[in-house]
Amino acid sequence: MNKKNSGGLAADDLAKAEMVRLLSIVGRERSADAFEAIFRFYAPRVRSFMAAKTKDRQAAEELMQETMTAVWNKAGQFDPARGNVSAWIYTIARNVRIDAFRRKRPEFDANDPAFVADDVAPADQEFQQIQEAQLLRGAMATLPEEQLDVLRRAFFDEASHSTIARDLGVPLGTVKSRIRLAFEKLRSSLEGRL
Amino acid sequence: MSVKHHISDDFLIDYASGSLSEGWSLAVASHLALCPECRQRLYTMEGAAGALLDKAGESASEDDAWARFKARTIDIKVEEIKPAAATTAKSKAVLPEPLRSYLGGDLGELKWRALGRGAYQILIDTKDPETQVRLLRIPAGKPVPEHTHEGRELTLVLAGSFRDGDDLFARGDIEEADGDLLHTPTATEGEDCICLAVTEAPLKFSSWIVRLVQPILKI
Repeated sequence: MNKKNSGGLAADDLAKAEMVRLLSIVGRERSADAFEAIFRFYAPRVRSFMAAKTKDRQAAEELMQETMTAVWNKAGQFDPARGNVSAWIYTIARNVRIDAFRRKRPEFDANDPAFVADDVAPADQEFQQIQEAQLLRGAMATLPEEQLDVLRRAFFDEASHSTIARDLGVPLGTVKSRIRLAFEKLRSSLEGRL
Repeated sequence: MSVKHHISDDFLIDYASGSLSEGWSLAVASHLALCPECRQRLYTMEGAAGALLDKAGESASEDDAWARFKARTIDIKVEEIKPAAATTAKSKAVLPEPLRSYLGGDLGELKWRALGRGAYQILIDTKDPETQVRLLRIPAGKPVPEHTHEGRELTLVLAGSFRDGDDLFARGDIEEADGDLLHTPTATEGEDCICLAVTEAPLKFSSWIVRLVQPILKI
């Protein structure tokens, strides 16, 4: 918390807390007005996420509409304890894109009897997760551009590490170490919260 | 009991981004089911992706996307989406999801195929041409049978344990190995070791003539 240098970051945090509030309203009341604010913020972003891979504006638009429909339909399943609307919408967009390319991504199931649950008290979770989302955004802002660039290529273009290395003209080991350094930084800033 | 050997950032970021193919993803997801620590790491990665999404393309400011969305989705009556019913059939299971569904049952319900020398396997069917996925049962105290593979390998322990060099791998632990690494994992005494093994599929050449010379050239 000590490195909040500008009012911009705090404003961003407020905007994100507002998104959590709006999405919860959509989940409870199916409010189109609340959803419009979410849509106007995320739709262009999801569209450019889709365009990174399809390169086709029409297809990107279609996948964006599909993603936002899923966000609308699943709003009631959003867990405010996860606190992070952007991460949640990212995972929905990712899954829409995987389906569109007819691929499979097996997932764990938290209701499965063999599932090993977290031992964090649920009561503390909501506050903790919202705080975590803030810390994460703050830490992301401190990452060097070369690390952010690799993450963007991995998450948006779904590029393999060797493709990233080739496109950037750097050794494979460099790509891997940028990924590792980025997540070490993000994880250590989260661990510093307690 | 807590997991000591975790999945690397290399595999986890590809699982987070969705670029990891089905066979590898099955091992990663089954490890995540048993390892809360790695799930936190996954959420951090998804959080990073969400933060990148926030900063992405704020270009198209005015368009009719919202009007079209409203007409298509909100103004028509949507069916209430009910959360999927929890699978209450079993109160206890050894194999976690998603693995159990791929196998069609838990440990007691499986049809093993003998590999010889007391070891058994079940080949797991996926749509992924990149990988070969199998469940292995290694008799207590015996080495994992020789299996040729090229490139990467993931081994997730589900029951019992094995030793590889100085390292002990027990339930939930995952080992990453490279093709050029010589290793001879050995099941620990006292209990059979059951693990999920994912390897890179052997290269298959489409041309029959290349296939014909393949054993000669040893490619």
